[in-house]
Amino acid sequence: MKSATQIAADVRSGTSSATAELERTLTVIEQRNAELNVFLYVDVEGARAAAAQIDARVARGEDVGPLAGVPIALKDNLCQVGVPTTCSSKILDGWRPPYNATVIERLLDAGAVAVGKTNLDEFAMGSSTENSAFGPTRNPLDPSRVPGGSSGGSAAAVAADMTAVSLGSDTGGSIRQPAALCGLVGVKPTYGLVSRYGLIAFASSLDQIGPFAKTVADAALVLEVLAGHDARDSTSLPEPAPRLVAHVNDGVAGRRIGLVRELFDGADESVVASVRAAADALRAAGAEVVEVSIPELALTLSAYYLIAPAEASSNLARFDGVRYGLRVSAEDVTAMMEATRTAGFGAEVKRRIMLGTYALSAGYYDAYYGQALKVRTLTIDAFARAYQRVDLLLGATTPSVAFALGAKTADPMTMYLNDVFTIPTNLAGDPALSVPFGTGEAGLPVGVQLLGPGRSEARLFAAARVLEIADGRP
Amino acid sequence: MTLPDGWEMVVGLEVHTELLTRSKLFCGCANHFGSEPNTNICPVCLGLPGSLPVLNREAVDFAMRIGMALHCTIAPSTFHRKNYFYPDQSKDYQISQYDLPINSGGYLDLPDASRVAIERAHMEEDTGKSTHLGGSGRLAGADSSLVDYNRCGVPLVEIVSGPDIRSSAQARLYAAELRGILIATGASDGRLEEGSMRFDANVSVRRPGAPFGTRCEIKNLNSLRSLQRAIDYEALRQIELIDGGGVVRQETRHWDENRGETSTLRVKEDADDYRYFRDPDLVDLAPDQAWQDRVRAALAPMPAARRAAVVALLAAPSEAQLDAVEVVIDLGLERYVHGVAAAGGDAALAVARVANELAADVDHVANLPVDAFVSTLAMEQRGELSATQAKTVLGEVLRHGGDPRAIAAARGFEQLSSDTLGATVATLIASNPDEWSRYRDGDDKLAQFFIGQVMKLTRGQANGKAVIAELQARR
Amino acid sequence: MSDALSRDDVAKVARLARLVLSEDELDLYTEQLGQILEHARDMNSLDLTDVLPTAHPFGVTNVVREDVVTPSLDREVVLAMAPHAVDHRFAVPRILGEAP
Repeated sequence: MKSATQIAADVRSGTSSATAELERTLTVIEQRNAELNVFLYVDVEGARAAAAQIDARVARGEDVGPLAGVPIALKDNLCQVGVPTTCSSKILDGWRPPYNATVIERLLDAGAVAVGKTNLDEFAMGSSTENSAFGPTRNPLDPSRVPGGSSGGSAAAVAADMTAVSLGSDTGGSIRQPAALCGLVGVKPTYGLVSRYGLIAFASSLDQIGPFAKTVADAALVLEVLAGHDARDSTSLPEPAPRLVAHVNDGVAGRRIGLVRELFDGADESVVASVRAAADALRAAGAEVVEVSIPELALTLSAYYLIAPAEASSNLARFDGVRYGLRVSAEDVTAMMEATRTAGFGAEVKRRIMLGTYALSAGYYDAYYGQALKVRTLTIDAFARAYQRVDLLLGATTPSVAFALGAKTADPMTMYLNDVFTIPTNLAGDPALSVPFGTGEAGLPVGVQLLGPGRSEARLFAAARVLEIADGRP
Repeated sequence: MTLPDGWEMVVGLEVHTELLTRSKLFCGCANHFGSEPNTNICPVCLGLPGSLPVLNREAVDFAMRIGMALHCTIAPSTFHRKNYFYPDQSKDYQISQYDLPINSGGYLDLPDASRVAIERAHMEEDTGKSTHLGGSGRLAGADSSLVDYNRCGVPLVEIVSGPDIRSSAQARLYAAELRGILIATGASDGRLEEGSMRFDANVSVRRPGAPFGTRCEIKNLNSLRSLQRAIDYEALRQIELIDGGGVVRQETRHWDENRGETSTLRVKEDADDYRYFRDPDLVDLAPDQAWQDRVRAALAPMPAARRAAVVALLAAPSEAQLDAVEVVIDLGLERYVHGVAAAGGDAALAVARVANELAADVDHVANLPVDAFVSTLAMEQRGELSATQAKTVLGEVLRHGGDPRAIAAARGFEQLSSDTLGATVATLIASNPDEWSRYRDGDDKLAQFFIGQVMKLTRGQANGKAVIAELQARR
Repeated sequence: MSDALSRDDVAKVARLARLVLSEDELDLYTEQLGQILEHARDMNSLDLTDVLPTAHPFGVTNVVREDVVTPSLDREVVLAMAPHAVDHRFAVPRILGEAP
């Protein structure tokens, strides 16, 4: 499979065409989608028209942008004009947005070809893509296992060589965790680096959009296109996109990197081994690696599972059967809303809506939501202190390699514990990425996680690139 | 109205005013009353999934102007979500300011010299509008409802008074004074009939000195008259209830203007759990000193100061004159009075002309430059125009514009030049020596004789006052 | 922190969230939500009295846009999304109570 960097270079130089690249993508989707359930919708006509247009522009000698002719898969919680957008929920079945998410506009402006919408845990709530109203997605590396979640479809699209790159969203690890489980690079940017406009919100203070790719350079290429101020998002950083691609090969010489005990304690042996090997590889490349402990991180899972549901309970109120999406008829408007929401939402979404409603309700706010916000403060402060001593942090992305379908669906808490290493950075608003390093059980990939302070993406990519090379992907 | 002996009412008002921004509070849709249903809506105000709010700077400016006019402290503030399901609320939550409002701790001085505390004046978004089908067209008894989201997201400021009001008349005075202030700030058009200003009244009763009683909230009063009547009705209802051994229940009540009574809308319930929390889609608002100074500098004088400035031009004003001043201030037309006064003219006359002639055609005052008004009144004072003629000239300029002198001439109002009048008077004195000498000896009644004669000779073109002036000059 | 989550609490929360639960679901969610909240009690292991809450990791303030009117959506497009529209408006079954 060609990298996105290579596809764009080939399309721009005329060695290949957007149409040829798209047709290859459509062929692979045709071959594997029925088995893996990656795409909920493939916009064959729209993508072909877009590819033809790019080819025509190239023929006219125009610069069609850094992602010229690159087919890209989009998580189905991103709004695209006229394309069904479901969040893998029955409640939005059939809805076609009348507007584009900012990230989609930026991708299209950069010459990318939007191929279709990928499966996710309903409203991005889950860690296995099993909570989809449209059936689970399977891991292309072993279809008896989950691809991770919630952006499991976007991860599987790249892992199955359907597209070179894809977009996901990460609220508590929903990009990094599936990236780890599918052997990909997955990036959760600094909060505010990428506009959330057009991302159907799960938890607004935590959500960030980011890329999946097979290579660090591809991830940097896509993120550079996505990033930069957007006036339509009040929480968008007021600055232009950083230069990322140019820094991918900066290396780690002289960097101080903290190996965080709390970010791999309790993980499977093979995962711990990979993390330690990654530390050695960074050391070998000239970094100083020190072991650090950030005890506050132990509380972040609890805080997250109050903050995210609280925001979600409000964000998902609008799905009431009045203006768009599903309506289940009833005698009066309250009964109609209840019937619609009861029929339209799956069990995990209901669980989190109720959890969040409870956490915000009179008499419980201080004990739960209020307390969680204080833990958030501690988390932010703890990271800030750590970053006074080191440039980056290193840990595991997930406690284990990809697990079997159905293995963790019985008990919500078991599933939630999957996110224990990825959640802290969402609470802090800092960037982190997962990069494959080594293998674990059944030869499945292990992801190691690199974390940095706000706006340190270039540094993270450079460190990830060092690991990529050390892991045998020059 | 007075309450039965031994009772006192305690009233606090919550006033919602729509702001005169061009666009809505969090999106670029037009903030326009009376558009076709659902034409001013976009992903943001329709609450489409994925859309995000961005705050309108002008709405913040207006909110600060209101706060400054009400002597509030302007402080860093945040936006919260008030969560409740309702079909006219496109996101099923309302974005409003909660524990940290932009304005708090102010006051409003009323013309009767009382002071009402302003607890807060915060920003929030308006809801859509429902039309009810079947039944009587009201919510109760309707079969279904139709929702128009044009108003959804229109910026509001809610001004919450302290429980300082003690009579319905004072409540009305407060509402009227506040309306004047809102108009003066430019934040609101104050149009009650279009719902751009709406009143909620919290009413309770007590024995003077006793703790506050249980209050009822009367919702959506949309005229000063309704406000006053509803408060009176509600206070009496509560007194009768208590006197009859009953207990006031905290509830929201509806005012029926036709029946002249309030009735229960909804009782406060456990379900009123709005789960307020900070809206994570919006950031803190903390206008710095420079921003505040810029807003303050653009703030026009408030009605109280403007009223005082006009009254100061009048010597011992009568009740009727003070009422006329109120009209002038209410219409914001005191520039005409000040123009006349600055030119050395009669301010009382100017107040009267503005409160009557200009008020009658207020939509056309743009046709009447201040200097045209000043020169018309000067002509009247000099006797070149009679009162009736001056009013006619003003009316004409208001309707069509133009130069007052030219209009007077075209209408044949041009009165005798003082030379011609002087010559005419001289002729009459010469031909009526007896009458003249009696007049000179102090018989003022003879003035009427000379005026009549002058009028006869000039076919009514002379002005009586001018004739008297001419006679007195020769006396 | 408060006492264990009760079945009534869950029923009340479901009503607030406009969800209808069967008796079995009520039991299941009471147990599951109870477990999650029980886990959340670990936050009490630290004294957080003097810690200020952080609702948001984004430090920028005063984000405003200019008061400029931008095009609205085409009404027909918007109403085509509606489950039920009448007379250019969104139609809903009867509303039982006034807005708060």
